[in-house]
Amino acid sequence: MWARAGSTSEFYVAGGGVGPRINGMATAADWMSAALFISMAGLISNMGYGGGLFLMGWTGGYVLLALLLAPYLRKFGKFTVPQFIGDRYYSQTASTVAVICLLTASLTYVIGQMTGVGVAFSRFLGVSNETGIYVGMGIVFMYAVLGGMKGITYTQVAQYVVLIFAYTVPAIFISMHLTGNPIPQLGLGANMAGTDVSLLQKLDQVVTDLGFGQYTTTTAGSTLNMFVYTLSLMIGTAGLPHVIMRFFTVPSVAAARASAGWALVFIALLYTTAPAVGAMAKFNLLSTVNTAVATGGDLYAADASIKYEERPDWMARWEKTGLLKFEDKNGDGRIQYYKDDSKNEEALAKAEAAGWKGNELNVNADIIVLANPEIALLPNWVIALVAAGGLAAALSTAAGLLLAISSAISHDLVKGVFNPNISEKGELMAGKIAMAVSIVVAGYLGLNPPGFAAGTVALAFGIAASSLFPAIMMGIFSKKMNKEGAIAGMLAGLGITLFYVFAHKGIFFIKGTEYLDLIGGKNPFFGITPEAFGAVGALFNFIVAFVVDKFTKEPPEHIQALVENVRVPRGSKAVDGSHAH
Amino acid sequence: MDKYGEAYWKATLGLLTKILAVWFLVSFGAGILFADILNGIHLGGYPLGFWFAHQGSIYVFVALIFIYAKKMGEIDRKFDVHEE
Repeated sequence: MWARAGSTSEFYVAGGGVGPRINGMATAADWMSAALFISMAGLISNMGYGGGLFLMGWTGGYVLLALLLAPYLRKFGKFTVPQFIGDRYYSQTASTVAVICLLTASLTYVIGQMTGVGVAFSRFLGVSNETGIYVGMGIVFMYAVLGGMKGITYTQVAQYVVLIFAYTVPAIFISMHLTGNPIPQLGLGANMAGTDVSLLQKLDQVVTDLGFGQYTTTTAGSTLNMFVYTLSLMIGTAGLPHVIMRFFTVPSVAAARASAGWALVFIALLYTTAPAVGAMAKFNLLSTVNTAVATGGDLYAADASIKYEERPDWMARWEKTGLLKFEDKNGDGRIQYYKDDSKNEEALAKAEAAGWKGNELNVNADIIVLANPEIALLPNWVIALVAAGGLAAALSTAAGLLLAISSAISHDLVKGVFNPNISEKGELMAGKIAMAVSIVVAGYLGLNPPGFAAGTVALAFGIAASSLFPAIMMGIFSKKMNKEGAIAGMLAGLGITLFYVFAHKGIFFIKGTEYLDLIGGKNPFFGITPEAFGAVGALFNFIVAFVVDKFTKEPPEHIQALVENVRVPRGSKAVDGSHAH
Repeated sequence: MDKYGEAYWKATLGLLTKILAVWFLVSFGAGILFADILNGIHLGGYPLGFWFAHQGSIYVFVALIFIYAKKMGEIDRKFDVHEE
């Protein structure tokens, strides 16, 4: 418990003596937020190939983290990101700007988190999505305030075990059922059980017949957008404070390197399963509502679509949450599920000939993972296991994020700037208040989320990518980068990214305050979506920093010596929390 | 920085460049830019470009970090800057 943690240092970094494998597992648990656990496979299911940007983006970032940041920050030996920035750029202002960047990114992340939490609670309590969010806020609040961080690393190992079972067990069942191969990673590339047609080929054929884009080739927007989006998630991963903080808890620089590798091993277990979950859920969903999918008959035959009255129980259960909706547009009492605004003329002609009057089933992407075992008619204990996983995911990341937020406010802002003489007790109290306020704000914004949970989380990554990552990286790799350059870069990167994101999603994500007209319509910058804009923001950050740096004074001698010292592992010490400017 | 330190940093940057080149090639290369071309080749039921985007890159990333950790350890010892 935090109240009982012996010192702020124990509270923030769990004592600093955790081995790379355990730390990797705890990092993985932290990482698998409700948003990623619940939402990602659903988005992949909807997006097909294009969903790969989440998979590559959220794993490739660990390579950047391991190579460019983790070992050096560990050597530096302070436990928050703003502390590093403040010391490296010998400036309180730089530290304060970093706090602002950190808070913006983390808070946005918590909004996505609350969206996911709302989905989980609404389904399992059988209430509306809104009530689900209120209940979730209450539980996250209790967990964060009572749970605390001391010893949480080990709690998180337990959470990881729950998470990974909850994710893989249903996937194994479904993969076995569809392809006869129990390993989902192989099942996705296997033939449909008892046929010589591969699962992906069959899926491609069914979705294109129904007017959707081909599953294995459809991208989200242009190739450029996918490229930038992926890059943005990668850079953001390496720039997210609650992930970086994990690498302060390992005993040595060498352990920091290995720890990133182990974290990725445990994350990869889930991430390589996710595409199988997505594709198979899509297939099962289609074959549930359209009986011709399994038989290979005419998808547009009059009796192929199932009758609404005979729909499976899981659909009725999800209808209660408002996240799955049916509307009988042609009044035939059957559920027609297809893409009614398709560019595929042939599919549309067939639909019209069959008397279909538009798509009648609306499935929120965020429910796919939770509904997946129900769609596949798996036993009740599997459904319960997934529920437990969703809740564990919600709680574990909430803890990590709220810790990053509270330490930024209590340690870097209150103690570092406003009141250096504050007692440890006072510092902890400020942290608790910061946590409570951010839960309320995030819950409120989560009621009208700026997008699907994973999409909102992607915005958070973009913000971290455009603001913090460049400043940290230049702090290590460019000895001559000075405070003026770093501050200008962070402000420019954060500013331009928020400007672009808020134009689409509303000022501070408040509905109705979008200003798309001002910037010339949707995705005006080369068709790049706001979720993908972080990489552009980061580029802007680098350019501004280098230009400003050129025209201002070099950093003092001792700072350049500090950078040289950070670059070599020898002499690494335990982390400490003192501010030195 | 003394000469020795400079050589150490140069060796480090050399390793980073090599690893990041592979990192870029599997994800942005095979998974995105050349995915369409690679989709003509199949790996079991997987079109290859799709496989890189949804599976392959992730496996390579894991391998890359461990290779990096091992090689960096060697460089540390070679220049005698490893932790005691």
